[in-house]
Amino acid sequence: MEHAITTRGLTKSFGRTHALTGVDLTVERGEVHGFLGPNGAGKSTTIRILLGLLRKDAGEASVLGADPWRDAVALHRRLAYVPGDVHLWPNLSGGEAIDLLGELRGSLDARRRDELIERFQLDPTKRCSTYSKGNRQKVAIVAGLASDVELLLLDEPTSGLDPLMESVFQDVVRDLTGNGVTVLLSSHILAEAEALCDRVSIIRDGRIVESGTLAELRHLTRTSIHVTTARPLAGLQDVPGVHDVTTADSGRSARFEVAAEHLGGVVEHLGGHGVLTLTSAPPTLEELFMRHYGDELDTLNGVRADGGTEGSR
Amino acid sequence: MTALTGTRRLVRLALRRDRVLLPVWIIAISGIAAAVVRAYEATVPTVTDRVTTAMFSAGNPMARVFDGPASGTELGAMAMVEAYQVLAILTALMSAQAVVRHTRQDEETGRAELLGSAVVGRHARLAAALVVTLAANLVLGAALAAVLAAGDLGGRGALAAGMSVAGIGWVFAGIAAVSAQVFSTARAANAAAGAALGGAFLVRAAGDLLGDVASNGVAVISAWPSWLSPIGWGQQVRPFYEDNWWIAGLFVGVMAAGVSAAFVLEAHRDVGPGMVATRPGPARAPRGLRSSVGLAWRLQRTVWLSWLFGATVMGAALASVAESAEKLLAENEQLTEMLTRLSPGAGAVELYFTFLMAFVGIAAAGYTVQALLRMRSEEMTGRLEPVLATAVARRRWLAGHVLIAGVGTTLILASAGLAGGVVHGALSGEWASGIGGLMAAALVQVPATLALGGFVVAVFGLVPRWAGSLAWGALAAALVMGQLGAMLDLPQWVLNISPFTHVPAVPAEAFTATPVLVLLAVAVAGALAGFAAFRRRDLAIGA
Repeated sequence: MEHAITTRGLTKSFGRTHALTGVDLTVERGEVHGFLGPNGAGKSTTIRILLGLLRKDAGEASVLGADPWRDAVALHRRLAYVPGDVHLWPNLSGGEAIDLLGELRGSLDARRRDELIERFQLDPTKRCSTYSKGNRQKVAIVAGLASDVELLLLDEPTSGLDPLMESVFQDVVRDLTGNGVTVLLSSHILAEAEALCDRVSIIRDGRIVESGTLAELRHLTRTSIHVTTARPLAGLQDVPGVHDVTTADSGRSARFEVAAEHLGGVVEHLGGHGVLTLTSAPPTLEELFMRHYGDELDTLNGVRADGGTEGSR
Repeated sequence: MTALTGTRRLVRLALRRDRVLLPVWIIAISGIAAAVVRAYEATVPTVTDRVTTAMFSAGNPMARVFDGPASGTELGAMAMVEAYQVLAILTALMSAQAVVRHTRQDEETGRAELLGSAVVGRHARLAAALVVTLAANLVLGAALAAVLAAGDLGGRGALAAGMSVAGIGWVFAGIAAVSAQVFSTARAANAAAGAALGGAFLVRAAGDLLGDVASNGVAVISAWPSWLSPIGWGQQVRPFYEDNWWIAGLFVGVMAAGVSAAFVLEAHRDVGPGMVATRPGPARAPRGLRSSVGLAWRLQRTVWLSWLFGATVMGAALASVAESAEKLLAENEQLTEMLTRLSPGAGAVELYFTFLMAFVGIAAAGYTVQALLRMRSEEMTGRLEPVLATAVARRRWLAGHVLIAGVGTTLILASAGLAGGVVHGALSGEWASGIGGLMAAALVQVPATLALGGFVVAVFGLVPRWAGSLAWGALAAALVMGQLGAMLDLPQWVLNISPFTHVPAVPAEAFTATPVLVLLAVAVAGALAGFAAFRRRDLAIGA
């Protein structure tokens, strides 16, 4: 059985802007595939090519075994799309917009529509012009997820949703994947991908830079910790899994990062120093990019600025 | 901080946004005035020519309705009578659109909210929009006066002519300032200003038709309805003839009243919604909405109904005076003779019907353009994206809008013709010739409007970024050519570009099928080009 989505060397330019410079993406049937990258990396452009809304300049793209540009209409019966920034008709009600989009796809499940409206606490009688950003997003989510399809293309679907609704969204997606639906979920929030995804691909500057299961990409999921202690911290650098330590206040305040699997050992180590405050935060994707790929980029830029021989990336 | 804080900066922002658009309008409008004067000089070089022409237009009902009241035999005066209506319509549209663009459109797109959160007073946006628009009209008036004065027509009259054009711009700036407060979309606010313009035309047309020829035989003394219309005021300035400066007071007064009302309304409402509150809608989509054509109809129906109403009223109103036109002609043997020479075998009423529907035809093309450009606004605002991500083929979506625009235009023209025919029949008792004649005159315009529509579909597919400018520009060109083409003495190949040049002069002349078939072929070719290009191009995703 073929993959749900494959692209090889996908490129796309808008005038002088090179949006995609060679995207190689593979999504297996039945998996939830995270599509991660900072703003402007090319996530939406890739998805719009997969939808046949934009035409690729070069490369190959196949969705559910079909050509997304040539077979767009037939393909769209089998997939649903939730954009990250939804624009709706101001004088239609939310319920009308949901029904319309579902009927146009041809597979609206009326029972699931009502259930989803209930779960997302959406008032379907309000005019789209009066919805907040989050409520417009709910309209698109309900319209997309109430359809009986094989593939979901979700482009930052939870932008503007409150945390409670985000978790409802995650539950609903889990229900659907339990039934064998394939999902491509673009996001710039690592936590969302961690909660849902089997595998992730990371895009930066129009090309995929990493791809694999979350376990394989474990190095991306370090936790940042800021701790102040009663007694100066000693030997923190030598604790397994600790990286990038900076200390202040004669060692009584420290910032560092810990790989997820070593968190337990680190907390034990800290316990012996009289912890006064402790904050921990998952790193944002932007921070990770700065850390993991920033150097590489600087080096390349440096080489080129020096007029070096390395012509292409 | 006062309510006007930040106005200066917003004026600079508006000037930056309009740095191409407003100069283009100003150059085009003053250029048309200059061209008409130049052409008039060539057409009526001698005093005898001018007296004959002025007497003709003073007595001729068509000239009274579609040009305005004749005002003597000075070259400048005659040229302004000929050109004023077109100059006034274009200036009013320039002003109304500029005010709406910087007020209601900003609120609709959410830009106003961002600006309002900065150090910007409550009235600053409206004030800035008005400053820019009123100033643009002053520049236009000055430019117009300059080109007329350069033609050696007399500086005083040239200034009065500039004032008469800038004045109508000021009045419509005031009207648009109010409609931008009342309606929640830029489309509706512009439509309201457009309806006011249509009303102003009809009222003054009636006033001039019902007026009397002055004792000198070369001027019309308009009846009272002309004084109810801002277009009428502009004509009553009568530059190069009477130079009625005091009418500037009417312009300024009405503009000031509109602007004051707009500021009062703005002080009492929230940023964002208009004055007309939104009611909740149905929780489920009705059957009729559940298809792409259903959606297109839902999006288009209000605009269509408004145009249907407007065109029907215009057809009925203009037909209701056909009788007076006939009487006016019967009193003037010389004129009747002239008309017979112009169009042998046609009665005065038939000729009037032809003129009337040529005018309504171009007006109806305004609907065609607006309805088709709805596609572009759906695309630009990002509302097309989720639709095309469903199982709707691009050609099907396009076909829905094209169908509604085409059938809608046909019905609008048919309704205008029918209403005119019924009114004429009721007044004159000549039902058959009234309904038959006006329906034929109306429907023969349909292929021309569709040809223009085909052009709009083609540019939507081929050069979407320029679709709006090209489509409205083509309509404006058709208006100028239709109203002033013969006068401007443009080469025939230029006139031939406008589809309306080719419309058979039914019922004054016999119907000929060839031009109609050619127009239909052009319409189909344009539409096919648009369909083919739209299927091959990227969707423009609104940023």
